[in-house]
Amino acid sequence: MPTKTKSSTSTKRRTRPDVVNKNAGESWAYTDIVKSHFFKPQNLLWKLPDGTSFDAEGIVGSPACGDVMRVWLNIDAKTDRIKEFKWRTFGCASAIAATSMLSVMITERGGMKIDEAMKVRPQDIMGRLGGLPDRKIHCSVLGDKALRAALNDWFKKTGQTSRIVVEGTKIVDPNTKVTEADIEEAVLEGATTLDAVQKRTKVGIGYPECLPVVEELIRFYREKYFGPDAK
Amino acid sequence: MKKKMVYFDYAATTPLDPRVFAAMKPHFAEGFGNPANLYGLGRDARYAIADATKKIEAALGCRASEFVFTGSATESDNIALQGIARANKDAGDTIIVSNVEHKGILAVTQALAKEGFTIVELPVGTDGLVRPEDLERVLNERIVLVSITSADSETGSLQPIAELGAVIKAFRDAHQRSTPYFHTDASQAALYQDLQVDSLGVDLMTLSAHKLHGPKGVGGLYVRRGVKIVPIIFGGGQQGRLRSGTENVPGIVGFGEAMAIAQAERERESARIAKLRDKLEQGIFARIPKVVLNGHPTRRLPNFLNVSILDIEGEAMLLYLDESGILVNTGSACNSESLEPSYVLMALGRPYEFIHGSIRFTLGKGTTEADIDYVLRELPGIVKILRRVSPLELSMDHNAVTAQPKAFIGGQTPHFLRKKK
Repeated sequence: MPTKTKSSTSTKRRTRPDVVNKNAGESWAYTDIVKSHFFKPQNLLWKLPDGTSFDAEGIVGSPACGDVMRVWLNIDAKTDRIKEFKWRTFGCASAIAATSMLSVMITERGGMKIDEAMKVRPQDIMGRLGGLPDRKIHCSVLGDKALRAALNDWFKKTGQTSRIVVEGTKIVDPNTKVTEADIEEAVLEGATTLDAVQKRTKVGIGYPECLPVVEELIRFYREKYFGPDAK
Repeated sequence: MKKKMVYFDYAATTPLDPRVFAAMKPHFAEGFGNPANLYGLGRDARYAIADATKKIEAALGCRASEFVFTGSATESDNIALQGIARANKDAGDTIIVSNVEHKGILAVTQALAKEGFTIVELPVGTDGLVRPEDLERVLNERIVLVSITSADSETGSLQPIAELGAVIKAFRDAHQRSTPYFHTDASQAALYQDLQVDSLGVDLMTLSAHKLHGPKGVGGLYVRRGVKIVPIIFGGGQQGRLRSGTENVPGIVGFGEAMAIAQAERERESARIAKLRDKLEQGIFARIPKVVLNGHPTRRLPNFLNVSILDIEGEAMLLYLDESGILVNTGSACNSESLEPSYVLMALGRPYEFIHGSIRFTLGKGTTEADIDYVLRELPGIVKILRRVSPLELSMDHNAVTAQPKAFIGGQTPHFLRKKK
């Protein structure tokens, strides 16, 4: 059945995805979910606590980077669930929306189990947000790291040292002291080829022996954050 | 209902003036001739270009043969830098630019550096200005071109072009040389500044029509008679062989008309805009705590206001303002493709923390007092909301160290804070 051109284009415009795949081009705009969390942040901490009102606290990022996330948690020790997740974020729309969305994910349905919360990945947050523009992905990555920092704080305070998980900092290039985390950060900021990563990190310039490992890492993080490589 | 829209991004581009549009219209469908042709239709196109050129001659105080039309200010910058560098290899191999130049200059210098040319970047002071004595100190006989923007596009700080031109002329006279030549990209300044090339002492000048309420896709380059330059685009030899390709007749007509209108209205508009800008500036400083002005406090284009509002991030501010229908720009990293904070604001010695909270208002022909009042009503509330969301409490002291290493991914220093090689 032939459809009216006029109505089909207007529907198309309304349902056009805000965020498109890296290989298909890039969109600047955010999804409606991102917008709603940005303009109406959930679980925001209104008043700075006096130090006793929360069980644990974590911070990640820096004002110089352009993103800082601070997270406060209340945890039910008996059930090992996170009952409260309050936050404040300095950063762009996606950073603010991603923290807000994370706070909802963690506290919905009676609160997430700590073991589950430790496993929350950036793409889980992004999925709930309906996607983010490629170059904004690093914003949501900080959200899960701030949460893990707060949970580590909780483990320290409660003597559960065996549960503390340290973020990977293995050095891949002894000359430049570039770590796996550096490679991860470079990939997240859009350096998805060896050339681009080297430009940012100088990795392997004086120590080419590490380059196969670096390439492996780039592929790993590229696929982790941007999906499998197109064949 | 149509959403309210208050445009504060005239430095990005300006709306086409209806008078300019009217002047352009006859040159699309009816007057479609190729100016290279001798028959009537072609001649008409050629006369239209000549008329437009006359209007630009008047503004610059130059001859018709000294001005070529291009596709953009970026193209003009490319012709100026590449054309001079390649044509004057026997005279030298060095080009001087400031560190607040437009990418249209800096990217070309990077490409020329790969070809073996030497590039010297003159740093500006914290007020955003190049000091003539700094230029004097670095001038030598290897230098073929000095290119300094008339006003940078982020703070609108006005470079002392005439003084810099005098320094270069004095050097040439003392050494009896025709180089270095002096180029300025005046595309951002053209609406509000004197463009007379002789009083400025420039040998090349870049202009852009769409910053003057003209059409997009047309730029221009003034090249003083006698300057040794080679083309970067080769072909049919149009425009004195410097810029081959059939001329964009309607665009050029629009450029000429826009320039004539700009010149006629310049004085009145500059005074009107400066008053509105000052009201906006004073209003923001009076209503919002922890605000820092970026750029020169007085030697600045009358339509520019760039401030850093501390503890909040520029892109977030931009989107909240957009929701209120106020369109602005920011130097925050989040707003750039590269995720690097503005290099112009970095050149002024601003810390990253300040740059991320920078916001640029550029006023223009359509800006009214009611628009300023509207911003002053909306902005304080937006800042309040975003400061409530933000965990930061930055100090106004520029040198305060705010970064906690443990807060970075993996406890590492991020790539842009590591010392550059």
